[in-house]
Amino acid sequence: MEAHFSPSVLIANIVLMAMLGVITIAIIRLRSLFAIVMLGGVYSLVSAAWFQAMDAVDVSFTEAAVGAGISTTLFLAAMLLTVRTAKPSKPIKKRWAPLAVVLATGAALVYASVDLPVFGSAEAPANAHVGKAYIEATPSDVGTPNIVTAVLASYRGFDTFGETVVVFAAGVAVILLIGFGERARAASDWRGKDEEQDENFSDDSHLILRVVSKFLIPLIAIFAFYVHFHGEYSPGGGFQAGVIFAVAVMLYALIFGLKAAMTAFPPVWARAGAAIGVAIYGMTGIICMINGGDFLDYDYIFGPPVEGAHHGHHNWPQITGIIGVEVGVVVAVACVMITAFYAFAGRVPEIRDEDW
Amino acid sequence: MADTSLFSPENLEAARVFVGSALALTGAVFSAAGSIGVLRFPDFYTRMHSASVTDTLGATLVLFGLMLIGGWSLVSFKLLCIWIFFMFTSPTASNAAANGAMKAGLEPFLGKWTGQKIKIEGQEALRAQEDRE
Repeated sequence: MEAHFSPSVLIANIVLMAMLGVITIAIIRLRSLFAIVMLGGVYSLVSAAWFQAMDAVDVSFTEAAVGAGISTTLFLAAMLLTVRTAKPSKPIKKRWAPLAVVLATGAALVYASVDLPVFGSAEAPANAHVGKAYIEATPSDVGTPNIVTAVLASYRGFDTFGETVVVFAAGVAVILLIGFGERARAASDWRGKDEEQDENFSDDSHLILRVVSKFLIPLIAIFAFYVHFHGEYSPGGGFQAGVIFAVAVMLYALIFGLKAAMTAFPPVWARAGAAIGVAIYGMTGIICMINGGDFLDYDYIFGPPVEGAHHGHHNWPQITGIIGVEVGVVVAVACVMITAFYAFAGRVPEIRDEDW
Repeated sequence: MADTSLFSPENLEAARVFVGSALALTGAVFSAAGSIGVLRFPDFYTRMHSASVTDTLGATLVLFGLMLIGGWSLVSFKLLCIWIFFMFTSPTASNAAANGAMKAGLEPFLGKWTGQKIKIEGQEALRAQEDRE
């Protein structure tokens, strides 16, 4: 059981974990919601750096895009609905029973972690059985350089379908709880009308911010598509790409106003896209069934596989299937996130300048 | 005949990593100075200044140092992209934050640093700021 752990990686891990601990304590002690949201983003970025140090690049990318990117933005949108600071409803008393429960749980977890395999150990179940099989089989079965994508979209395509449905269901739950947002419902009336001058735009106090973001937001959207279509070669894939695209729309809404964002990306599109994305994923699987294979068996996506026609580097049926389901994921995730954002932001009567 | 001048390819190759490391270390020093400034400076605007120095100068030096170490490769190109992104976002973010603070009525401290006194003033200004909200 030899784990090759270089001292620099060890030091980086210890420093990053210590930073996570410090940020957690800061979040518990702070009362300003704005600072807490920002620290939450910082927490996610530090975790992303830590995952990177542990060589889990895909997880790190997801943490950076979801934790630091979209959660922070969604929290900011939600914060507009409430006050800026949380006040403890009653003076904090010392409660011993919860403390005892927390300490006991923590001790149990530490006790259990002793039995975990050493990080990077070749005998660890994750490395010895199914993980090893995926690593050995991916080059001939799927032929994508990024094995994580192969596992996620092909070997475990059914699980990922479930995850996409869960994202969709979560979006539906948000809508059921808080509605589409008052202004979102009226948004269809705004389209095509002459825009009366918003007071946000009358004085150009945020001119620099507007100019720079006008340049950067399209690049962010393009980067989302790069992350998506390059997912088989590099870290990233549908989930991250969808989140990044949603962040581009949200940034546009935060800087240029909800009205402009809803004109650029109508809420109806977002609502329809959420369902269409899940449908694209499911249809990719059904096409395979029509051609005689199993659900999501991409070898059948162009018809029954031809013996001996096999692929030097690329297994095109597999890659087509992976890109197909990833398109579904990207559309579903982006649209669910944008719908949720519209739902939060649409409940605010007016996003005033001093709210930012 | 071998090139024996100071700028021979071998010398440049040897200097590349050395200069790159030196640049990255200098950038780290600037970042550390910026962090200390955020903790020690008396008011919002001076801290802002300190933080943006970290973002621009520190990051520039570190990224260019890493580019030198990386040589002509895809990694260096990506680092260049990151640098360009930084040059757009970081000054914009600093400007937006300072602009927002100014619009919200937070007055910068002007005059001579007198230690304790200016600190108390700062807290009063912050409290007034919170009351206004």
